[in-house]
Amino acid sequence: MSISDIAPRTRAAFPPPLLTALTLTAVGLVLLGFGATTAQLVTPVKAAIALLGLGTAFAGASRLGRIWSGPGFDVVFWFGAGWLVLLGLAILFAPWLPLGEDRDVASTVLEPAFATPTFTGANPLGTNGFGLDLLARSLYGARSSLVISLSAVAVGTVLGGAIGMVAGYFRKSVDRAVGIATNSLLAVPPLILLIALATVLEPHLRNVALSLALLTIPGMVRLARATTMAYANREFVVAARAMGATRTRIMLRELLPNVLLPLLSLAVVMISVLIVAEASLSFLGLGIQPPEPTWGNMIAEGEGRVFEDHPHIVLVPGAFLFLTVFAFNIVGEKARGRWDSRSVKL
Amino acid sequence: MSFAALRRPALKVLELVGVLLIASIGVFSLVVLLPGDPAVDILGGGRLPAEYAELRTELGLDQSLVTRYLDWLGGVLTGDLGQSVVPPQSDVTDRVMSALPVSFETAALGLLIALLIAVPLAMWSAYRENSAADRIIGAGTFGVLSVPGFLAGLLLIMLLVNSAGLFPRSEWIRLGDGDLLGNLHHAFLPALTVALAELAMFTRVLRGDLIVTLREDYILAARAKGMNPLRILFTDALRPSSFSLVTLLGLSLGRLIGSTVVVEYLFGLPGMGTLVVNAAGQGDYPMVQGAVLTIAVIYVVINAGIDLSYGYLDPRTRRVHI
Repeated sequence: MSISDIAPRTRAAFPPPLLTALTLTAVGLVLLGFGATTAQLVTPVKAAIALLGLGTAFAGASRLGRIWSGPGFDVVFWFGAGWLVLLGLAILFAPWLPLGEDRDVASTVLEPAFATPTFTGANPLGTNGFGLDLLARSLYGARSSLVISLSAVAVGTVLGGAIGMVAGYFRKSVDRAVGIATNSLLAVPPLILLIALATVLEPHLRNVALSLALLTIPGMVRLARATTMAYANREFVVAARAMGATRTRIMLRELLPNVLLPLLSLAVVMISVLIVAEASLSFLGLGIQPPEPTWGNMIAEGEGRVFEDHPHIVLVPGAFLFLTVFAFNIVGEKARGRWDSRSVKL
Repeated sequence: MSFAALRRPALKVLELVGVLLIASIGVFSLVVLLPGDPAVDILGGGRLPAEYAELRTELGLDQSLVTRYLDWLGGVLTGDLGQSVVPPQSDVTDRVMSALPVSFETAALGLLIALLIAVPLAMWSAYRENSAADRIIGAGTFGVLSVPGFLAGLLLIMLLVNSAGLFPRSEWIRLGDGDLLGNLHHAFLPALTVALAELAMFTRVLRGDLIVTLREDYILAARAKGMNPLRILFTDALRPSSFSLVTLLGLSLGRLIGSTVVVEYLFGLPGMGTLVVNAAGQGDYPMVQGAVLTIAVIYVVINAGIDLSYGYLDPRTRRVHI
């Protein structure tokens, strides 16, 4: 007998009481709002109150979720998915939303600089040193960030997947050459490779996306190769070969459907890695250049002494960056748990 | 040691040299991608064509790429990484050598802090599986994993430097100057920033392994004998559970180097990160080549060392690869 055989202590009653859930959610949200907006307290206390509020709201919301749709409701997952949908819609319709000016410094000379977030009015999330609207900049920043990461992942998945499948199916010298090439690509740590490429490439959207795609290729190659090798000798592939199927047909019709799901779940995980990499690059001043807003170069505006007086310059784009990476991590975790791909190093 | 025992390390070294050679070709060929003419970049516009030509000869730009690569490689092998093209045209080797110790210290201290915090957290979390503490630690580490290093660093500065005044913001004190406490005081915050992401990863992995180990019968036996839980955790459970952690140490090395680079830039430490980022911003390609190649060599050698060490840590993995 082992410890796991002992019956576990039963947890809270199901369904949880509605009143407790509602109270917890409301109290949590009030605390969170108070901690985030109050001007009286010092930063650590505000942060502590906001965190406490977040925890309470989470406890309440997960109870509400379980009342609404039964046990096993994952409130964090739905929160992440909701954030991504909201952000996606906001990005798509950004040109038609009533947003402030996001990059033309000349048109905001009369606007207040460093306005603090009020969550209402013309600049709900405040303005930066040039009076540019932070909400608009964050949304357009999200646009370039997501366009870059998604296209980089798409290119990396297609190229890396194709190379990996060829290496895994043909083995021998092809495999060896691909192995040496990927190992050499992995010989330089990811961010260092990005910085080295940024030294010589013009920092516009296409170049940044291509450099990031280069980072995803080794992981994709390894995963595609390993999965192809695992399936290459299964009965259905042998049967197809015995029936005289061509190599192209075997790879596209028999192997690809099996390799695709693990590759896609790795792709979701990689999106968040790439968003962070892109933001780091712009933060270092080597990515997309201002006035074009990205989360990284917006956060870099707070460097030096600026963010001591105006913490929202860093906190607003930081919150967007964090929530998006968090959401992709949550969704990626789910996808990976579902399709059980091996963890691959980037 | 017999021939067979030496065969695997020897093959590994051979592969390593090959990979490094290809990586060096890649690093060198950055020059090919370089837009414009380096001579014009250095001298500025509006000079006589002869002056540009002279500088090109001086830099060796008029020779074929292969000759230039072999020249550069020859220099690299004798420890000469060339000259910076941005004034003051300092020696790349000198600059790299003075920057390396700072980065090593930041990364090593960060790793140490991460382990010191992650091991107790993981133990607590695993020992009280599914308790409130476990779930808070789980949510916390998952959250921390989504905070990029530079953002974490800025938040730490906001909380600990500006509000509480606990740590100095920059002004690095070198280890060699004898002021160890001063050095640690300055190095702590950057190291803590580096540690955060690693810490979260370590905690999650070690917790998973510990939970499996704690279900073993010998742990139950130790508990039944009435042994102290702390003693069970540290002496009986930790060692068999730490194999994934050692593997992870190797895997996270690339991320560690990356976050060290960003954190150094953020805190203004005179390490490899600041060196390479500034050089990249100025288009100082010899500096970038030298620094990137140095980092690649260190990275590949450490990784190979970790790979080889598995065989000694766990005899079961010895025969698998040959």
